[in-house]
Parts: sequence; structure tokens; C-alpha cells
Amino acid sequence: MSELSKQGLTRRALLSRAVAAGALAVAGTGFIAAPDAAWAVEVTHVSEHQMATLLQMARDIYPHDRVGDRFYAIAVKSYDSAEQKAAVAEGIAALDKAAKDAGFEDYLSAGWEDERVAILRKIEETKFFQTLRGGLVTGLYNQKEVWPIFGYEGESFSKGGYIDRGFDAIDWL
Amino acid sequence: MAQAAKFELSDSSVTVIVGSGSGGGVLANELAQKGVKVVVLEAGGRYLPEDYVNDEWESFGQLAWTDPRTTSGDWRVAKDFSGLPAWIVKAVGGTSIHWAGASLRFQDHEWKAKTNYGVVEGANLLDWPIDGAEMQPWYDKAEAKLGVTGVGGRPRLPGNSNYKVFEKGAKALGYKEVHTGNMAINSVDYDERMSCQQTGFCFQGCKWGAKWSAAYTDIPRGEATGNLEVRDHAHAARILHDDAGKVTGVEYFDKDGNLQMQKARLVCVAGNSFESPRLLLNSHSTMFPDGLANRSGQVGRNYMRHTTGSVYGVFEKPVRMWRGTTMAGIIRDEARHDPARGFVGGYELETLSLGLPFMAAFLDPGAWGREFTTALDSYENMAGMWIVGEDMPQADNRVTLSDTEDSFGLKVANVNFSDHPNDIAMRNHAYKVGQAIYREVGATRTMPTPPYPSTHNLGTNRMSEKPEDGVVNKNGQSHDVANLFISDGSQFTTGAAENPTLTIVALAIRQADHIAREMAAGNV
Repeated sequence: MSELSKQGLTRRALLSRAVAAGALAVAGTGFIAAPDAAWAVEVTHVSEHQMATLLQMARDIYPHDRVGDRFYAIAVKSYDSAEQKAAVAEGIAALDKAAKDAGFEDYLSAGWEDERVAILRKIEETKFFQTLRGGLVTGLYNQKEVWPIFGYEGESFSKGGYIDRGFDAIDWL
Repeated sequence: MAQAAKFELSDSSVTVIVGSGSGGGVLANELAQKGVKVVVLEAGGRYLPEDYVNDEWESFGQLAWTDPRTTSGDWRVAKDFSGLPAWIVKAVGGTSIHWAGASLRFQDHEWKAKTNYGVVEGANLLDWPIDGAEMQPWYDKAEAKLGVTGVGGRPRLPGNSNYKVFEKGAKALGYKEVHTGNMAINSVDYDERMSCQQTGFCFQGCKWGAKWSAAYTDIPRGEATGNLEVRDHAHAARILHDDAGKVTGVEYFDKDGNLQMQKARLVCVAGNSFESPRLLLNSHSTMFPDGLANRSGQVGRNYMRHTTGSVYGVFEKPVRMWRGTTMAGIIRDEARHDPARGFVGGYELETLSLGLPFMAAFLDPGAWGREFTTALDSYENMAGMWIVGEDMPQADNRVTLSDTEDSFGLKVANVNFSDHPNDIAMRNHAYKVGQAIYREVGATRTMPTPPYPSTHNLGTNRMSEKPEDGVVNKNGQSHDVANLFISDGSQFTTGAAENPTLTIVALAIRQADHIAREMAAGNV
């Protein structure tokens, strides 16, 4: 049983939560912007197994234990498309094959992150992996809703900057 | 305010300046103030403080030059950001919108690198044909124009939390010259610009206008004279010349993509160190088969980008480095020339921060897994600094024409760069120092971070005493073509350790003086 399944991120979870398909847009400079953090992945082009694998890959590539699955889901949602379908199928087949070679039923069946990372290392030079990883850099970290988890405050102009709000407030030096 | 000028394409009495940043924008205003008629061709659009966006990726999409370029060489940027060798701006005002404001004069010895550093194997060092004494009055004027703090009676900026960490560690290690820098960011109201509100996002364009940028100072002031016309979305394609070898005008694609030709009495090229040599190389002709003004073969060579890198430290408690002025903090002690450290030249250490989105992209490009993500987990507790050191000019670090073409069908710049051993020795020294500084303040983890895509692009049309050693003379005038000038950082003979903008501005003011005098004398 994979961690994802234990967490209930199964067909039901994947399919039951409404998501606005138009909420994700790929902007001109190559990053994915999501106006809100509503998640749940309704898969129409890729299988639930493939989407669950993509989600777990995203978590294992950029693991942040305080960042919920919904943010990772937004970051990989765009792979559920007609254009990506073949690349996803091929990439995840290769990943699951690498998992089998390592003695697991598939990637999701490897229970420890270290075990999955060892499998990912075997495919990290592939275009599929690099595309996924590269997309996550913006797809995950450019979600404004993620920023507060890291303490990042974003813009301050609308509040008049930090001149009266602690630009030099360090108190432990 | 007078109406901005509008000149005819057939008006051969105008000076055409290609580019509108710290070089071209300042030159345009200075010439216009002296009564010279100027047309600026700027490839980008117009954005003012109210347009700037305090969001890293969105701002990047708004301002950055993202037209195609190609890369080669062993620098890591060529692998991680192969199509993005530089983080510079395509807009009216150029990279003066993006710069952090650090405004340092060259040290005297840096004007004469070849003399003072001696033979450095593999380096193509050369002395500038000018020196600190010659430049002093022009630096004075540049500092007054930019409102540089810490000189001219202008107070320094207050230090933010990131600076306080940096300062404490530096002083604990015995560093003496540690302060909030000489910044072209107002600490008090100055020259109709307000003071810094400690907002961060200096790299995304200052929404208060507290930082100097040509976009909202020199450009509108030049336009107000009635002598300056700035054409935005005007992409220079080729400089034309006559049978006598004098330039006669500039072909460019206008905002509708139509090819136009602006006649000119004189042409100044200020498109940054990739686009300036690219334009000259793309302007090859029967008379100049290797590119305009390239009889020396030096156009595009000796590309320098400063020896850079960053050090980030993680602490037990929050720093919140993104709050406040991004680069108001400097240690100058290592900027000296002291070969006992194992390298020639020196480096500055300056405070720096990136927002979370850019930190994720630039901390360790390509990295993944917990080593990377646990660093980001501590983002709130990070302090950051940037290394800026003198890198060695090398003949084969160069801009050439790529086989790739842009949307206008013009060959784009290929940027080839490999570190010189001196660059590597300097960077490693600076990494050690930077990490030691943060450990003095109790850092639990320090990270020597690789160079970002370049913002300090220098040296591809370098200034030289002798025509065979470079592209332009001590006034930025082409050795080959009397009415062609280079007016940006590409004319740098060597890079020195200092952030280049102040020197670019000082050279532009000086060049305007020279051009106006030569015009009055009927020499150009």
C-alpha cells in the first residue's frame, strides 16, 4: 500500500474534489501560476495511477513536510493533458520498471522516501524527470499560497514597505 | 514641459543612440541638455514605477530580455540556463530599472590591471587608456546625478536585518570597511525622488522611485528639452555606412515589425555587452567583412561577467532577509589587490536576498531532494550575500553570432565563457570568507551558491590605447569609424571589483561632453 493510498489520495479523492480546470495557466516565461490553492486532480487524460505517481514524485523531488498535497497537486495538474499523455505514460512506465528492478511492485509501493529517491536517481537524467523537476521549481514555489509556509511575505509595497514594519527588527544578534 | 521631439527618418543631423539604459539613457539626456538632437532606439517598451510588479516571476516576464541567445563554454550558466546567459532588462531605461543601486568608484590600481597585476597566464589583461585622476570629476558628476549615499554629504541608508547579521559577522572577523554602501537609493529625499521605504524588490524596479533609474530621471528630462525622441519597441538590426567608412544611419524594426532606417550624423551603441557586439557583427559589409569597427578582430572578445557567487547562511532564528533594501551592505576589505591570497585583483561582498521563488530557482539549479528542500525550509532564517570580484578578460570568452535567429531573422548572440583559474581561486576564497562570516554569528548551515545569469556584462568592445588591442579609444570612439561610439559597459577594458553602473554613467557623461565638443569643432 503506498503512502498516498494510506492518505486517501485514491481514485475517490482524486476525482471527487472540484477543481477549476482553468485555474492553471502557463504564463509566457514558462511558469505555472495558480490563482488559488483549491486542489484535487480530476484526471481525464492520464490514469489515476499515473497522477498519483506524479504527485508522489513531486513530493519526493521537492519534499516539504509542512506543504500539503494540494500544492503539489496544483503543480502537476497540467500533466493531465492530451499533449502530455504519451510522455507521462512512457515516463511512469520507465519509473515503475526501475522500481521493479529494485524489488518493488511499482514506484508507489516503495514505502520509504529513501527507497523512492534511489529509484528516481536511476531516471533523473531522463527528459521526463527533468521536465517534471524544472516545472516544479515554478509550479510549486511560485504559488503565493505556499509562501507563508516558508515565512515569505511577498510584496510589501501595498503596506508601505517595511520602513515602519520591522526591516531591521532582528532581535537575537 | 516641452513636448518630446519627433525627428524625421531622413534627418541626417541627429545622433542615434541604440539602447536607453545607464549608458544610452544617460548619454541621451546629457547630449539633449547640450542641444544635440538625439533619437534613441530602444528594443523594449516603457514601464514606470506604477507599472513595476513586486513579484519575481511576473516582473521577470515584464522586464527581462528573454529574446533568444545561445551559450557555450564551461560556465554552469550554460548548463542550467542555456538560453538565459544574462538577467538584464529590455525596456526604456534598460537594466537601470533592475540594478540594485551599488555605486562604487574603481580603485586607482584597477585602471591599470596589466601594469599592476603583471603577467597572468591565459588572461588578456590591458591597461585602460584613462585613470582615476582623469575620471574623478566625472565620478563626482555621476554620484551627484544618481544621489549616491555616503558621499557628497548624503547620509547612508539604514541597515536591515540581513545587513546586521552580515555586519556582525564581518566585524567579528576583523573586517574594517563595513557599512551600508554607496547606494543610488535615496536615504533622504533628493532630486525630486523620495527616500527608500525598505520595501525590498529592488531588482524588480523601485515602485517608489527611490532608486535612481534612467527610466524616470534622465529619459524624461532629456525629452523635456525638446531635443530627444525615444522610440520604444525599436529593435536595431544593422548600422549602415558610406564609401568613406563613416556611419550614415541605423536600420531597425519598428513596433509593427517594419524595417525602418533612421539617418544619423553619429551613432552610439549602448545595448549591453551582448547586443552591442552583436549589432556590430551583424553590420558586416564589404568594407568591414568581419563586422563594423572590427578591423582589430576584438569585437565580442574579452567578455567579462565579474567573478560572482553567493553565500547563504541559515540561523536558529528568523532573519527575514527580504525585508528592506536588497543590497545596502558591503565589506570592502577584500577588494584590495593582494596576490598573497592566491589571486590577482579583489572582490566586494555585498548583502543580497532573493524571494522564495527565485531562491528555489537559483540556490542550486538542478538540485532536488532533502539537501535542497531543507535549506528552503529555513528560508525565513536565512541571510545572504553576493560576491562581486574582478574576473580576467580572456580572448576566447566572447560574443559571436549564433546560427540561431531571432523573430526578425537576425542572428542572435552566442555567449562563450569559461572561468579563468584566477576567477576560481577568487571565488573559492570568497566562499570561505562568506561562510566564516556567517559562522561567526552562529550559522547552523552555510551554502556557497553558484553564479546566477549575469547582470554585469562587460568588455566586448573594449577601450584601448592602440587600435589593434581593442575596439574604441579613450572616449569610447571606434578606432575604425570616427562617428561611431560605444557607450555602455562593453567598452570596459577590465572589469575591476566594483559594480559597473556608476562607471558606465560617469563614462557616458564624459562621452557626451566629448561628443558635443567634437561636434562644435566640426570634427564629427
